[in-house]
Amino acid sequence: MIPVDLDALASCLASPACLVTQTTSGLIIGMLLFLVAVGLTLIFGVLKVVNFSHGAFYMFGAYFAMTAYQLTGSFALAILSGAVGTAILGLIFERVFMSRVYGRDVLMQLLVCYAFVLIFDDVVRMIWGPEFRSMGMPAAFQVPPLFIAGGVVPPYYLLLIGVALAAAVVLGLGLARSRIGKVIRAAAHNPGMVSALGINTGLIYGGVFALGGMLAGLAGALAAPVRSLTPGMGFSVLIESFIVTVIGGMGSILGALIGALLIGLIRSFGSLGFPLFTEGLMYLFMVIVLVSRPTGLFGKEVA
Amino acid sequence: MKKTRKPGISRRATLALMGAGAATLAAPWVARAQAKTIKIGMPTILSGRVAQLGTSSRNAVMLEVEKVNAAGGLAGRQIEMVIRDSKGQPQEAARIARELVNTDGCEMLLDGEASSGSFAVHEVARDLGVLCIHTCSEASSLTADPKQHIPNAFRCVRQGIHDSIVGAGYAAGIAKAKGLKKWATCSPDYAYGRDTTGEFVLYLKKFAPDVEIISESWPKLFQPDYTEVVTKILQAKPQALYSCLWGGDLTSYIDQANIYALFTQMEVFAVNMADYTALTVVKNLPKGIHSGDRYIKTFPATPENAAWGDAYKAKYNEYPTNWSWQNATAVMFLNEAVKKANSTDGKKVAEVLTGLTIKCPFGADGTVTMRADDHTLVGYAIGWGTTIPKEPYVPDVKAGDWKTIFELEAEWKKSKGYT
Repeated sequence: MIPVDLDALASCLASPACLVTQTTSGLIIGMLLFLVAVGLTLIFGVLKVVNFSHGAFYMFGAYFAMTAYQLTGSFALAILSGAVGTAILGLIFERVFMSRVYGRDVLMQLLVCYAFVLIFDDVVRMIWGPEFRSMGMPAAFQVPPLFIAGGVVPPYYLLLIGVALAAAVVLGLGLARSRIGKVIRAAAHNPGMVSALGINTGLIYGGVFALGGMLAGLAGALAAPVRSLTPGMGFSVLIESFIVTVIGGMGSILGALIGALLIGLIRSFGSLGFPLFTEGLMYLFMVIVLVSRPTGLFGKEVA
Repeated sequence: MKKTRKPGISRRATLALMGAGAATLAAPWVARAQAKTIKIGMPTILSGRVAQLGTSSRNAVMLEVEKVNAAGGLAGRQIEMVIRDSKGQPQEAARIARELVNTDGCEMLLDGEASSGSFAVHEVARDLGVLCIHTCSEASSLTADPKQHIPNAFRCVRQGIHDSIVGAGYAAGIAKAKGLKKWATCSPDYAYGRDTTGEFVLYLKKFAPDVEIISESWPKLFQPDYTEVVTKILQAKPQALYSCLWGGDLTSYIDQANIYALFTQMEVFAVNMADYTALTVVKNLPKGIHSGDRYIKTFPATPENAAWGDAYKAKYNEYPTNWSWQNATAVMFLNEAVKKANSTDGKKVAEVLTGLTIKCPFGADGTVTMRADDHTLVGYAIGWGTTIPKEPYVPDVKAGDWKTIFELEAEWKKSKGYT
């Protein structure tokens, strides 16, 4: 048993092949995590609720994608239905249930979300059964991996990183530059004033929640070909997303991106150097960030 | 529009309560007077992540119980199964087991718990003296450790130590033939994963002394992503990989390792691959993974085994699991033992069960035996083979040799201080 293996880490850092492999492996873990975490942080930033049921949207995205893929055989449709399906689900969930607990005490919000974690898991169990399922890799991606500078890179992961990166850019630019983005940011800052200006805040809240759900669903759909599907699969992803948002700062999109990539890289390189302490490294990093910057790397001071 | 109600309990309610109380008190007496049926209790896991353990166990039990009942029951008494969900919690399993005997009047127990719960049920059996057959726990110490031995408990399950001996023997043969010296392991980080991997490596090195373990990975149980583990193994460049990942974890691992073409770069030995629960779920099953048999209807390749697998599939619309054959075998043992004892008395049945050999579709030679000295199942079909992506999935299973198993098991028991 080797608790610390710095030789392995050093020799990896010295070899371009190993660097390429481990970096892409860190990137894909990070990018999927980013998609889930960014929805969480967005919902918190605008709606001021911590959506503990966010992992369920990741799960539904995966199951929707699997079902669409089995019915149509089209991978593009599978991804699309994962994203669109969870967006609709998110909208309904927000309008019918979450909108009733805004501004209520945190315990109440927590209880409603936790109740839906259990309900959503059981719904999945009823529809798709309690056993684990697998979607399978689309034929187009059942090809040998690419070798870049001697490192191994599966083509599917390139697509995955590309889609997630595109989502990050569209989201970032959309919020910063577009009119809707401006309204959303305003609603996050002062909902009363936005409402007084004649803007339908209910619509914005519903829209933001749907967007957050959609991003988690997209992550689930993209992960479906490589991760097994089970009721409750959203849980461990949710925990890591919380770590990401804590590191990056609640409410910050850039923070979610940087936080997620850091976690991904810590996992991929940590498993070489600290094989028995990879999980611990993640938490250790979170503690260091919390102690030195309690609002997270990109979080804003709360007055 | 509100009706006012008087506080306190009304006369009618009091009468109803008294009636209910009287009925409850009277019930056991009525039940005993008419005890033509025999109740058998079964705590098992019917909900949560490993619900398949319980459902496929229950299915197999019911399949066999129907046959026994159709043939007249146990010594003329129809079997009534009382099956309850422990949710996988040992204290709940113990509570249910006790309740099944004390409150429900069950005269025997089938313990369908995973290893953690089975030790708790075992203590209940020790305390109450009720006949108990463990049907799911593969932990060797449950019967190997003499401290666990009680006259009324039996284990009708394959065993970790048997699997390790057969698996390592098979793997060592291939290691020698193909010159596989550098090995890596990747197993879930909990008791089962650590113990099973440790025993496998121990015997692999015994049979093939120049084998060297160059990389170990211990992913968390139920970890969603194994990419970092996969790439770490690729960096280490071993010639062979051993894993005891199982269920959804194993299928995730295969999907993720597949796109890195891991299976073309090393020989993979995955003891839990050849189980229909995993085989039928993986969409792109790589060819040539070495695996132990969990349950395969083509091994042993007898018409009896095939017929049993097909009958189960016809009834439940899915293939049986490893737990299914073990539970079915337990009912077969009970049936034979009661016939021989000509009684359903737990003590007499236990006496007959000790050392009993019965005909069984899952036996290596068509029979299985409940070994007398440690009350555990031996002689069951056990072997390893390589996978293909379609039925029969593992076309050619190499059977393990029970003579070798017995020799090495005896040595292992000695080394553990059990004998």
